[in-house]
Amino acid sequence: MSAVLEAEGLMKAFGPTAALRGAALAVEAGEIVAIVGASGSGKSTLLHCLAGIVRPDAGTVRYRGTDVTRMSDGDRSRLRRTEFGFVFQFGHLVPELTCLENVALPLRLAGVRRRDAEARARDWLDRVQVEQVAASLPGEVSGGQAQRVAVARALVGDPSVVFADEPTGALDSLNGERVLQLLTSAARRSGAAVLLVTHEARVAAYSDREVTVRDGVTRDLRVPA
Amino acid sequence: MFTPVTTHVCIVPIMSLPRTLLGLLDPQPAHGYDLKRSYDQHFGGDKPLAYGQVYAALARMLGNGLVEVAGVEPGDGPDRKRYAITDAGVTELHTWLGTPEPPAAYLQSTLYTKVVLAVLTGTDPHDLLDTQRAAHLAEMRVLTRRKQGGDLATQLVCDHALLHLEADLRWLELTATRIEALKTTVAR
Repeated sequence: MSAVLEAEGLMKAFGPTAALRGAALAVEAGEIVAIVGASGSGKSTLLHCLAGIVRPDAGTVRYRGTDVTRMSDGDRSRLRRTEFGFVFQFGHLVPELTCLENVALPLRLAGVRRRDAEARARDWLDRVQVEQVAASLPGEVSGGQAQRVAVARALVGDPSVVFADEPTGALDSLNGERVLQLLTSAARRSGAAVLLVTHEARVAAYSDREVTVRDGVTRDLRVPA
Repeated sequence: MFTPVTTHVCIVPIMSLPRTLLGLLDPQPAHGYDLKRSYDQHFGGDKPLAYGQVYAALARMLGNGLVEVAGVEPGDGPDRKRYAITDAGVTELHTWLGTPEPPAAYLQSTLYTKVVLAVLTGTDPHDLLDTQRAAHLAEMRVLTRRKQGGDLATQLVCDHALLHLEADLRWLELTATRIEALKTTVAR
């Protein structure tokens, strides 16, 4: 199978601090890959480069063969909106919008009519079992519910790749597991690849394989045959 | 070739089988067959209890006065005995339940030995730690999949195993950050 997203030789420094020193990674369609590493290892910078949020100093990131690093800011922004989904540690929901409107937001930004967007958003809230919070504001729901809403928002646009940065970091164990199960099972059903940044082994265990980042360098961890 | 090994085929260690049976007898007397069925339901996992184990344990506990025969009912085959827990059995059971299990302290870890030997022989200990991490995580994936498809009992058993493997992984991570210090210590 060919990689849906592939990075090679990524270098990124913030001032005198090198965050990435030649990192590489390839993820295939439908694959769930955990990116693990200690704090400051460069794993979040790697995720941001892969998602086109941060432009690396050197190296390439190819999405379906096209070099993301050479795209204009507008094209990268469009790519993120239409092809990628995001789940962050603290949800990052828009506080002024209801949960339903938050989930519908990526579709509305992509030009989908409100009624259609909200119908699909409601369907996703149902799939992640929080349909009862549709009319609530993010500040009125629990952390676990908010993170399920974030999962629905990440998947509503049928993305090819979902980027999840410590998606359970702010949740207790049980809520964290539920969110992970919903995220990974929904992604598997839709065929989306998932890049899961975590420092927790129990979270990484939901992946198909693990890539470690140490001092800005990636390493594909496999058990020797 | 490495194959993840999921070891919790039977939840109850064989040493605690008699006491487990006492616990199952505590609410009401039961036949050996009922005990086996109840045991398999709660603790059997992948490995149902053999009838021979049940009757051997009951025979030992009869001898020790922990259970008694509460009745004999004729059947098609041999007469069926109904077993009841005795006062001594109740005491034994509750003493066991109230006694903490000895916390396992892995002070003679093979993994620790391998790390030291890797340093001594000039082998890269990080390779060893990474390989072990991959093996641990492979096992954790097996348990996670099993847990996702399992009932509450399976989830609890898998969580227990997962948390122990996670503790090992944290040790691996911590050790990786201390390799240089270990090299200095070992070189003395």
